[in-house]
Amino acid sequence: MVNQILVFPILFPLLSAITMLFFRRSVATQRIISVLSSFLLLAAAGWLLAAVISGGMLTVQVGGWRAPFGITLAADLLSAVMVAASALIGLTTVLYSLATIDRERERFFYYPLLQLLMMGINGAFLTGDIFNLYVWFEVMLISSFVLLVLGGTPVQLEGAIKYVTINLLSSSVFLAAAGILYGMAGTLNMADLARITPHLPQQNLLAVVSVLFMITFGVKAAVFPLFFWLPASYHTPPVAVSAIFAGLLTKVGVYALIRFFTTIFSHEAVFIDEVLLAASALTMLSGVLGAAAQYDFRRLLSFHIISQIGYMIFGLALHSPLAIAGALFYIVHNIIAKTNLFYISGIVERITGTFDLKKSGGVYAAHPVIGMLFLIPALALAGIPPLSGFWAKFVIIKAGFQAGEYAVTGIALLVGLLTLFSMMKIWNEAFWKDLPQPQVEGNRYETMGFGRRLLLFSPVVVLGLVTVLLGVFFEPVFRLAETAAAQLLDTQAYITPVLGRVK
Amino acid sequence: MTLLLAIVTGCLYAAGIFLILRRNMVKVIFGLILLGHAANLLIFTVGRLTKGIPAFVPEGSDILTGRFADPLPQALILTAIVIGFGVQAFTIVLFKRTWLTLGTEDLDMMKTTDEPPKE
Repeated sequence: MVNQILVFPILFPLLSAITMLFFRRSVATQRIISVLSSFLLLAAAGWLLAAVISGGMLTVQVGGWRAPFGITLAADLLSAVMVAASALIGLTTVLYSLATIDRERERFFYYPLLQLLMMGINGAFLTGDIFNLYVWFEVMLISSFVLLVLGGTPVQLEGAIKYVTINLLSSSVFLAAAGILYGMAGTLNMADLARITPHLPQQNLLAVVSVLFMITFGVKAAVFPLFFWLPASYHTPPVAVSAIFAGLLTKVGVYALIRFFTTIFSHEAVFIDEVLLAASALTMLSGVLGAAAQYDFRRLLSFHIISQIGYMIFGLALHSPLAIAGALFYIVHNIIAKTNLFYISGIVERITGTFDLKKSGGVYAAHPVIGMLFLIPALALAGIPPLSGFWAKFVIIKAGFQAGEYAVTGIALLVGLLTLFSMMKIWNEAFWKDLPQPQVEGNRYETMGFGRRLLLFSPVVVLGLVTVLLGVFFEPVFRLAETAAAQLLDTQAYITPVLGRVK
Repeated sequence: MTLLLAIVTGCLYAAGIFLILRRNMVKVIFGLILLGHAANLLIFTVGRLTKGIPAFVPEGSDILTGRFADPLPQALILTAIVIGFGVQAFTIVLFKRTWLTLGTEDLDMMKTTDEPPKE
C-alpha cells in the first residue's frame, strides 16, 4: 500500500489546478489553494523520499495492468530526490509569485499553470515508460509555453517563438526515436528495455536511436551546441517564472539523459560517453564565456545555467560510480542555488529598477542583508567551501582525474574560476558600486508592505539555508547520492522491482 | 506498402525540415506540422504493417493468436496526434499574436532577445 505514495506528487498538482479553475474569479482562493497544494506536495515528496530510502524502489502499475503492458510509475532514489528538490522549488516559487506576480497575470490562470507545470515535471521524474515520459514532457512544455508568454509583452513573444519552435522540433525527434525503439524492441517500458536492448540483433540501429534520444534531451537540457534557445528566452518572463524554469526544466533533460544512458542504454555507454564528454567540455566553456560578455542580470545567469549543465553531463560521461554520484549531487545543488540567484535578481530589480548591471548599483550600502543573501548562492555556484557547490565540483573533478580525463577536468577547473569572475561582476556592479544617478525607474521595493516582503524573502532565506546545510552536512547527503548512483549503474536493481522475478 | 510509406515519411521529413529553415513564420508552422505527421507515419510503419487483420481476440480464446495487428503503435499515434493538435493550435495563436504585436513575420527581424539592450 505504501507504493501508492508514488501517485501523490502527480495527483496533488492536478487536483489543485482543477479546483482552482472553479474559482476563476477569486484570485485570493487560488492563492490559498496554491500554497496548500505546494505544502502538501512537499510533504508527499518528503514522504516518498523517506520511503524510498528505507524501503528501496517503489513501483505502481497504473490501472493494474502488469508491466510491461501497462504504464509503470517507478521511483528509485534518483527519482525520489529529484521530486523532493522540485517540490521545494515549487513551493518557494509559489511564495515568491504571491509577492511579485501582477494582478493581470494572476487573473489569467497563472497559479493553475504553475501547478500543471509541477505535475509535468514530477510525472517525468516518476514514470517508468518512455512514451509516458513523452506525454509528461508535453504536459510540462505546454504549461511552460503559456507561462512564458503570459502577459504578452513583445520580448516575451519573441523569446517564446524560439523556445516553442526548438522544443516542438525536439519533441518530434523524441517521438520518432520512441517509435523506432518500439519497432525494434516491442516494448517501451524502461525496465523491459533495460533487459532487452543488450540482446537485440540490430545494435547499429540501436546506436542511432540512442543518438536521437541524446539530441532530444540535449535540447531540453541545453547542451552544446543545442543551447541557444535558453539565453534567448529565459530572461523574458517575470522573475518567478524564470526562476522555476532555470531551476527545473533543464534539469528534467539532464535527468532523462542520466536515466537513458545508465539504465536503458547501459551497454551503449562507451560510444555515447565520448560524445557526451566532448559536449560537456564545450557546454561548460561556451556557457561561461557567453556569461562573461553579458551585462543583463538574468541573461548572465541564463548562460551560467548552460555552463553548470556541462558539469552534470561531464559527471554522466565519466560513468564511474563516483562521477555519477557527483553529477546527482551537482543537480540538487544547482537546482537550489540557481533558482535562488534568479529570486535575488528579482529583488535587486525591484530596488534598482533595472536588470541592466551597468545601470544598477548601491544595493549593499542600502540593504546589506540582501548582499549577504546573494553571496550564499553566488559563492556556492562558484564553488567556494564550505558551501554545496564546492563539494559538487570537488567530487566531479576528483572523478575526472581518476578517469584520466585531464583536459576536460582542466576545463572544469578553469570554468569554476570564470564562474567566480562572473559572480564577482554581479557583486561589483549591482551591490558594491554606487547607484548611478539618476535612477532608471522608481524603487518598487520601498512601497512593498511587510507581508509581501516576508513572502519575497522567505524563499531566498530557505534556499540559502539549504545551500549551507548541503555543504555542512555533505557526507550523509553524498552517501545518499552514492547509493543512488550504485542503483543506476546496476540495471538489474531497476528491472527486478518493476517486472518482478522474470529472468 | 512499407517501402511506399517509408518514401512518404522521408519526403515529409525533408519538406518539414526545409520549411522550418525558412524565415517566414507561417512556413515554420507548416514545417512543424509536417514533422509531426512524419513522426506519426514513422511509428506506424516501424510498428509493422499488417493488412486486414484486426487485433481482436478470437472467440473461445484468451489471447491473440496467429498474425494480428499490433494495437500499441496506433494508440501511440493517436496520443501523439491529440498532443500535436493542441500544441500546434497554441503555436498558431502564438505566431499570430507575435505578428500582431511585432508587426513582422520575418524571423530574422526577431533578434532583440539575443542582443544586449541598446543604450
